[in-house]
Amino acid sequence: MENLGLFFALLGAALSAGLAGSGSAIGVGIAGRAASGVVTQEPNMFSKVLVLQLLPGTQGIYGLLIAFITLTQIGIMGGDPNISLAKGLLYFAACLPMAIGGLISAIAQGQCSVAAIGLVAKRPDQFGKAMIFPAMVETYAILALLVSILSIFGIVNVPF
Amino acid sequence: MSKVPMKRVFICGLRKDRKRMLETLQRTGVVEISVEKPEDDYLETMDVIPQKAAFDKNANLAEAAINVLDEYAPDTEGGFLKSLEGPKDMDLDTYYAESVNSGAYMEAVSRILALQKQIAEDKAAIPKCETRIESLKPWMNFDLPLDFQGTKDAAAFVGSLPKQVSLEEIYQGFAEFAPSVDNIDASVISTSDEMTCIFAVCLKQDAEAVENALKQMNFAKAQLCSMVPREQVAELEQEIRDANADIEKCAEEIRGFANMREKIKFAADFFTMRADKYEVLSHLEQTRKTFFINGFVPSRYAGELEKKITENFDAVVEITEPAETDDVPVALSNGVLSDPMETVVESYSLPGKGEIDPSRIVACFYYIFFGMMLSDAGYGLLLCLGCGYVLLKVKNLKPGMKKMMKLFFYSGISTIFWGLMFGSFFGDAVNVIATTFLHRPDIKMTPLWFEPVSEPMRLLVFAFGFGIVHIFTGLFIKLYQLLKAGQVKDAIYDVVFWIMFVGGAIVYALTMPMITGMLNLSFTLGSTVATASAVIAIVGAIGVVLTGGRESKNWIKRLMKGAYSAYGVTSYLSDILSYSRLLALGLATGVIAQVFNKMGSMLGATWYGLLIFLAVFIVGHILNLGINVLGSYVHTNRLQFVEFFGKFYDGGGRPFEPFTENTKYYKVKEDK
Repeated sequence: MENLGLFFALLGAALSAGLAGSGSAIGVGIAGRAASGVVTQEPNMFSKVLVLQLLPGTQGIYGLLIAFITLTQIGIMGGDPNISLAKGLLYFAACLPMAIGGLISAIAQGQCSVAAIGLVAKRPDQFGKAMIFPAMVETYAILALLVSILSIFGIVNVPF
Repeated sequence: MSKVPMKRVFICGLRKDRKRMLETLQRTGVVEISVEKPEDDYLETMDVIPQKAAFDKNANLAEAAINVLDEYAPDTEGGFLKSLEGPKDMDLDTYYAESVNSGAYMEAVSRILALQKQIAEDKAAIPKCETRIESLKPWMNFDLPLDFQGTKDAAAFVGSLPKQVSLEEIYQGFAEFAPSVDNIDASVISTSDEMTCIFAVCLKQDAEAVENALKQMNFAKAQLCSMVPREQVAELEQEIRDANADIEKCAEEIRGFANMREKIKFAADFFTMRADKYEVLSHLEQTRKTFFINGFVPSRYAGELEKKITENFDAVVEITEPAETDDVPVALSNGVLSDPMETVVESYSLPGKGEIDPSRIVACFYYIFFGMMLSDAGYGLLLCLGCGYVLLKVKNLKPGMKKMMKLFFYSGISTIFWGLMFGSFFGDAVNVIATTFLHRPDIKMTPLWFEPVSEPMRLLVFAFGFGIVHIFTGLFIKLYQLLKAGQVKDAIYDVVFWIMFVGGAIVYALTMPMITGMLNLSFTLGSTVATASAVIAIVGAIGVVLTGGRESKNWIKRLMKGAYSAYGVTSYLSDILSYSRLLALGLATGVIAQVFNKMGSMLGATWYGLLIFLAVFIVGHILNLGINVLGSYVHTNRLQFVEFFGKFYDGGGRPFEPFTENTKYYKVKEDK
């Protein structure tokens, strides 16, 4: 039981990478389906719709980022992996914004990308605007990432 | 610089010069011709739609032929870089010499398209033959034609029964369904799980009874084929061979046209230009002897244009200032660094009436923000090298592509700068390589400023700082625009009050120890500042509440609306918080780069460790570079479009679309 702290920290890292990654997979997946549809008709739109398809992919990377920072901080990636239960729970909590925010925002962003791909298919000159709509959704993933990062870096200074 | 000043141009020429003058205008490419319906009956327009349609068709055919050529005889020269190139220059003499031949080039085009059609037909015929062969397979051992009906006295039945049936079962069937018939000879030709092919012979007088019996057994006649199956199959196989040979022959002939590619490209351009010319022609107002052109021309070309027209034609050219009510088209012209920003501004919207061209101010922030988000000297270097190589190597890049390349080149320089400031070169690659392979963990890149990973709060404060500067720049531009338009009241109500409100609030926040402590600031402003900023903020807030709803007459309604607009201060808070992405994306780049370095160095300083390191390093960093360049580009744009443009810029300008050579391959130059 003395490793329970480590377990919770690891659970946080796992959820952050896993949930945010799943969200991105769903988002990129649905956007990819729409993109394939466009490319069947207009093969030269490939690069434009690819960019739009990739937009919901960032949450997965942010999730990986949080997971990696957590793993480094708790000493799994070399070092002494021994932390108190309280600290473990703190890491777990710190990972949650990225896990939940990443999962849901990536799905929403994917749906938004689908619509943006539809827009570009009809009006290729409006690519700049089409890119902005999914980027709006990403804001909340970035805010979640920020809270997670600041929390994890803050935990080091917690005394117990 | 700014928006290009435009002049109105009016040309009155003789009808006989019409086409020649349009060609000159097209090659000069500086006049946008207005499309207006004639105002009185005296003026008329000419119906040239059929001619235009014919030219369009030719242009499309030529394009199709080029695609066919590209498919059968790909143009291997140049490769990727060549695909970035814009149209080539062509001088006027060559153009005239070549245009005479356009008819001959179109013959090549129609031949190529005919060949391609032939190939398509052959290709369609092959599967048909193959299906036939497949359906004849069960009959291969049968040496009569399949439509064999019998002889003078005997009737024959050729066909199949469903499922696998044995000869005994067939005779049992006959015994059951045609008991009166004695002389039946049946044989099984072939059998499979799905069907059994049989041949049955009987006397002519029993034919009807036998046929009925066969029907009861679900007999299906073989499909008609007047030949012996084996011969038929041989013939079909020969047909396939012929089709394949024909395809190869046609393809060979198409490949023979490869040296015509450039000529056909010329034809495509030639007909596109003519179609465009006829499009304009169909809108020209004309009388019996004269015609009129109305349009816009950038001021700096106006004199040159007037000279060119009056020298070459008997025509009157009138250049005037556009009227206040004119819908003047917008073109942008900028200096070296802000030139690439035009693509950013254009993808939002061109400046509308009374708005300045924001490219230059956008440039001030764009490169800084992009650099902070990517923030890795190694990645910046790659970006610079890549874009610099393309810029140097490909001389006539497509204009839009050139701007993009420049945009990323300058952004790359900024990225190198921020990478050095934050001590990041492919993440912590310097330290990882030194530690793993040289056993010198002391070697590392020292940041010129500080390391964001160890002091994220510090960078966050700077990100917010940049955000506040950015947002206030936007507000001041709005102030400038309103003052320039003479709307002093609006300027005070909509901008000055807001600047007081938000600015005062921000300064007041800095006087609170709670805020400064949270942001790790080393100072807290004194109480005098606190009082002063609070007063300013409150005056601003009261001003906003009183004037925010000033379009309503009713005072109560007005105050309600004002209070609601004051609630908009929360949007300033979220705008400023939005700049936290400068930190978040910067950290994301750096930390993911570190992840790859760490993964690569896990096997230590062995030879296979080195190989793995190289592989992980190359693949990982390319991946990280790609995704983060995309992210930085998108989010820098977003900060400009939403947070910045939201404060002062509506856009809505109509782009300047001069009557020009809208060609893909060649650009004919007016002057040699």
